[in-house]
Amino acid sequence: MKLRTFGYTMKQGVKNIGRNKMFSIASIATMTACIFLFGLFFAIVINFNYIVKKAEEGVAITVFFNEGTSQAQKDKIGEQLNATDGVLKVNYISAEEAWSNFQKDYFADNPELSDGFMEDNPLANSDSYEVYMSDVSRQADVVAFAESLDGVRKVNKSDVVAKTLTSINRLVGYVSIGIITILLVVSIFLISNTVTMGITIRREEIAIMKYIGAKDGLVRAPFIFEGLMIGILGAILPLALLYFLYDKAITYVLDKFSLLRNIVSFLSVREVYNILLPVGLALGVGIGFLGSFFTIRKHLKV
Amino acid sequence: MIELIDVTKEYSKGIAALNGVNLYVDQGEFVFIVGDSGSGKSTLIRLILKELEPTDGTIIVNGQTLNTMKHRRIPLYRRGIGVVFQDFRLLKDRNIYENIAFAQRVVEKPARVIKKKVPAALSMVGLAQKYKSFPKELSGGEQQRVAIARAIVNEPAILLADEPTGNLDPKNSWEIMKLLEEANERGTTVLVVTHNQEIVNEMRKRVVTMKKGVIVNDKRGGYR
Repeated sequence: MKLRTFGYTMKQGVKNIGRNKMFSIASIATMTACIFLFGLFFAIVINFNYIVKKAEEGVAITVFFNEGTSQAQKDKIGEQLNATDGVLKVNYISAEEAWSNFQKDYFADNPELSDGFMEDNPLANSDSYEVYMSDVSRQADVVAFAESLDGVRKVNKSDVVAKTLTSINRLVGYVSIGIITILLVVSIFLISNTVTMGITIRREEIAIMKYIGAKDGLVRAPFIFEGLMIGILGAILPLALLYFLYDKAITYVLDKFSLLRNIVSFLSVREVYNILLPVGLALGVGIGFLGSFFTIRKHLKV
Repeated sequence: MIELIDVTKEYSKGIAALNGVNLYVDQGEFVFIVGDSGSGKSTLIRLILKELEPTDGTIIVNGQTLNTMKHRRIPLYRRGIGVVFQDFRLLKDRNIYENIAFAQRVVEKPARVIKKKVPAALSMVGLAQKYKSFPKELSGGEQQRVAIARAIVNEPAILLADEPTGNLDPKNSWEIMKLLEEANERGTTVLVVTHNQEIVNEMRKRVVTMKKGVIVNDKRGGYR
């Protein structure tokens, strides 16, 4: 396409939007609603994932050593655990720390109860590694691996927590894919319908263009440009709206349910928009392009 | 220039709109196609425009065989043909100048050519003063003159007119015919589908008469 024709095409695309104000507004409103819902859902899902991930990171398995295991052997076990898939970090808890933690947990209200032990550490042989997971679904593998290592006496784990978090993760994944797919299909269907209405209005113009000898590309281009414009506008509006609403919504939730403050933390709007902005814009452009491209193809056989 | 060899067109199995039609139109000819409704006149025009495919037979226009023409070649082929319809088919939301410039823009003519050609085409059909008017502000005759200006602005070798006077009074009909004749005098081959006996009889051109999908008469002179 020649440059002057490209300019003409863009101008016609903008004019098309103006000529069919009602349909254009309807298209933009449809896109806005769909991408707003998508963005809203995306923000919820990404935050939920973040919360679950944080919870996963708090789940640890504890690895105890055989009596008489040398420090060098313990260090080696630590290195091997660190290098295992699904492991986030490995913390060494000495026998003194273990006893101190135990005292804090169980004798905090009655410190005199621990006085009977004097300098005698009842957990003398209970130094251990706390292994934190980056992926809880890998816990069973890590436990099996730890148990197979020389010098390891026992591995404590929490199967229920690990399994629950893995299941929640999987469920959220499936639900989000399902809902996002439905929203995308609905968006493309609605855009296609709107573009069809626009093309029906301009059927005469398309027919005249074809009779005069316009190439397919030239007939399609203004409508595709129009679709792209509607797509971009339909994406920018809800993304801007969500940007301003996000912080307010988070603040509202934390104020209303103050208990949550201690349990969960939410992603910042910037972190969410690192992904949502390009994805949202790409969706707008993609839906606008696909909706108009496939619809105009049907109407070119003059 | 235009050659139809044993052309048959069936819209549904067994019902032929055209049945074994043979026609040759030489360059620079002016031909009337006449006949009753349903005789196949408009089908003939649509086949020449490559809007329809023949069920059988061969169509050759400007040395190009339409049967084997690739889809992407059709726009370039149509640029050699101007079309005028009974219902004018002007873009109602654009003024007269824009309607004619539109025909030049879609074939990617440069702006300087458009600025020169559009006023010239408007002068040719006698509407130079009304270039800012919109179609609804013009009479039927004036709208058809705009349609002719749009059809000839790209200087096609062939001009097809399907019932160009069907919606016009006798005075306007004659003005339209005069414009088509002028285009023919400039070398354009003109095919006019019409029911207007008076005009056909008066103009003494070649007349091809169709009936039930076949050519029943082909001679210079009057209606039937």
